[in-house]
Amino acid sequence: MSEDRIDPGSSKRPEDGSEPVAPEGAAGSARQAVAGPVLELRDLSKSFGGARALDGVDLTIAPGEVHGLLGENGSGKSTLIKILAAYHTPETGSLKFNGKDVPLPLHPGQFRDLGLSFVHQDLGLLTELTALENLRIVDLARSSSWRINWRKEGRRARDVFERYGVKIRPETVVNELSETDRARLAIVRAIDDVHNLDREGSELLVLDEPTTFLSKAGTEDLFLLVREIVAQNSSVLFVSHDLDEVFELTDRATVLRDGKVQGTVTTEKADEAELVQMIVGRRLAAYAPSPRETSELPVVGSVTGLTGRQLRGAEFNIHKGEVLGVSGLLGSGFEDIPYLLFGAKPCFGGELRVDGANYDLAKMTPQRALGAGMALLPGDRQNEGSIGSMSVGENVMLQVLGEYGPLRLRLGALAADAATRLDEFDVRPSNPRLTYHSLSGGNQQKALLVKWLQTDPQLMLLHEPTQGVDIGARGQIFERIIETAEEGMAVLCASTDYEQLAQICDRVLIVHDGAVTQELTKGELDKHRIAEQVHMGGARGGNNHVNNQTETKDG
Amino acid sequence: MSSRPSLGELGERYALIGAWAVVILVFSLAEPDTYFQTGNFETIFGSQAVLLILALGLIIPLTTGDFDLSIAGVMVLSAMTLAILTVDHGWALLPAIIVVLAIGLLIGLINGGLVVLLNIDSFIVTLGVGSIIGGITLWISDSNTVTGLPPDLSKWVVEERLLGISLVFWYGLLLTILLWYVFTYTALGRRLLFVGRGRNVSRLSGINVGRLRWGALGMSGLISALAGVAYAGSLGGADPTSGLQFLLPAFAAAFLGATAIRPGRFNPWGTFIAVYFLVSGITGLQLIGVENFVQQIFYGGALVIAVSAGQLLRRRDLKDEAAAGAG
Repeated sequence: MSEDRIDPGSSKRPEDGSEPVAPEGAAGSARQAVAGPVLELRDLSKSFGGARALDGVDLTIAPGEVHGLLGENGSGKSTLIKILAAYHTPETGSLKFNGKDVPLPLHPGQFRDLGLSFVHQDLGLLTELTALENLRIVDLARSSSWRINWRKEGRRARDVFERYGVKIRPETVVNELSETDRARLAIVRAIDDVHNLDREGSELLVLDEPTTFLSKAGTEDLFLLVREIVAQNSSVLFVSHDLDEVFELTDRATVLRDGKVQGTVTTEKADEAELVQMIVGRRLAAYAPSPRETSELPVVGSVTGLTGRQLRGAEFNIHKGEVLGVSGLLGSGFEDIPYLLFGAKPCFGGELRVDGANYDLAKMTPQRALGAGMALLPGDRQNEGSIGSMSVGENVMLQVLGEYGPLRLRLGALAADAATRLDEFDVRPSNPRLTYHSLSGGNQQKALLVKWLQTDPQLMLLHEPTQGVDIGARGQIFERIIETAEEGMAVLCASTDYEQLAQICDRVLIVHDGAVTQELTKGELDKHRIAEQVHMGGARGGNNHVNNQTETKDG
Repeated sequence: MSSRPSLGELGERYALIGAWAVVILVFSLAEPDTYFQTGNFETIFGSQAVLLILALGLIIPLTTGDFDLSIAGVMVLSAMTLAILTVDHGWALLPAIIVVLAIGLLIGLINGGLVVLLNIDSFIVTLGVGSIIGGITLWISDSNTVTGLPPDLSKWVVEERLLGISLVFWYGLLLTILLWYVFTYTALGRRLLFVGRGRNVSRLSGINVGRLRWGALGMSGLISALAGVAYAGSLGGADPTSGLQFLLPAFAAAFLGATAIRPGRFNPWGTFIAVYFLVSGITGLQLIGVENFVQQIFYGGALVIAVSAGQLLRRRDLKDEAAAGAG
């Protein structure tokens, strides 16, 4: 498997694997001509319970290069990163770092000695401590010295920040830093952590979706820092969903799909549609726009100006009996929509009109939302959906306790009805006395659906309703959702599971950068089409963007 | 899968009653002339009903996931206020009791307000408030014991008896039944439990989490004041410090009670049994002539063992479930 293999459908010539392109504007390019690759992974494979997460993956990263790693959820990106971070043991594969063979699996902590450093999506900062303390935490944790010379440490921190052009005062508490500065701090810490070690060769910094929570401007600022880092001859592996970012920042990019390398491209010469196709696995299909069938139905809810942490004035309607999907890249804000409508997360503004009544979403609370006939099935089943240590019956019947007598709960009837309803929906076992977390994921989710459906909501909000749910239960959940929608309930489903959206939705909205940019209706609802639109950022470059894509048909 | 509790579950539920029986048996054999006497059991039940009332009040905020460390302080302040109002100011008993209960409720609501509105840890708030009211008690009493409470109070608390046991025990029993009813048979009880187990889940299910936590702390204030009234009645006066020692036994009883009857949940019957298990043990130790400091060791030990047992049970449950999930 050649590392610079390119998709057969492409007109591009594969890059010469031994001579990676010099990154544009990178100061380290002179040295790069003489040095071999920083990282060479060959034939890396890893399975989880029979499922191949990685299948013969090769990856080569040159010194001074920003290398993108692209792929959908479940494509194997995180498995690859976790192997490098000594989390997982691969079944096959070899690793060369700065030309030296390194036996796999790595030992925990070994990557640091090699010159490999990670910044994960959550950044791993201690927010109550100062920037300086965070910067030095790894060393301080290991240091055996009795006294810390804070003045010296402070001076050193200022030098490090200056070196990478970052303007953070070392004494600032992380809490008070902007999101961008926090990301910067995490990155500087990671590179500084491996930079000063007495070691030959370059460092490799792995950035695992660090921009997820950043604004556009913040992302730009972060990229300046990344360029500064590669200018000092370190390399960066940049893991991302976002094609724009990959195009802007990386020199080359490797695409993973279903655990296999689909190809490595030189970003400058790559074509967006081609990359999307490598990620999603199929040429963009032509489609015949079909009339929106749900538009005829009466509007149940209309949302205007929905603004949250990432959403900026999203607007949409939802019709009676419709299953409306919302999707987007992580960080686009789409996954906040159900929570903001339900008053479950702080909302900065927006209005919801349900059934003739107006609700100021900034003042929404779950109680009001319930009063308005809404129900929310959160994505985090363990922490927000249910109480694992309590019984299935207690969890399921919480919303309807009031119906079982004002003064004395009719416990017998409560248990019997719970059992009947669980049985009806094929929750197995249907014994309401069992503790909730003894149920399988699928049955847990079915039980929660029972909990909410018995309240007869007119607007059901779902977030990743089939996460951690087995295939059989998934089908049953879909069936039940569609069935109830046909009876008139409106359903809003926020998900990145494109297949699921295609299966259950009448309409899918794509959210990009905090706003709804694209609407997919009946005829265009298939998994690939949705995935493509998500990755293309919806209607970037106008609505006729869609038409441009239809030209690239299956070759 | 059977819906009936297994033998093991039954054992767990009633283990504390078994332990209680063993304690009684051991001391009865050791001290048949003093311990194994009707009179002794009447004393055991009657004398420590104040602790029972206090512990029952405590399990309400514990159920909603909040600590109340001010209960003993509220109890002592209430007893003292009652004594001062009736003895120094010549108030009639009933209005004085009403004022005292109102003060207890108010302190509980202040605790709750600080915890809920400012989102402060209840542990810290009630620790501070408990200290403040301890100081107030010393202040209003000039650090002196007040005696000479209206005899009616003692009459209706300890002197009148039913089946040979002071009335105060029956008050505690009534409160136990009342709370048991609320926890078991009302939607409110269920919601309190949900709030304690998962604030987020409760909030997203439309429960007013803040109000319930607030109310629970208010109730523990009110019931602590009630315990104060009973305490004043059983002493026939009020002293500004001795009642503060009730804090630890109340916690020990609440946590020990959570290992019985309804294991894993703070529950009134478990608390009832735990209180009398502890008191039976202490009384026995006193009768065989062990020094007073053992009491402290006994209560502290019971608290640590109860909490450890709860933790071990939870760990075992998780293991069982992991095994079940793998199978």
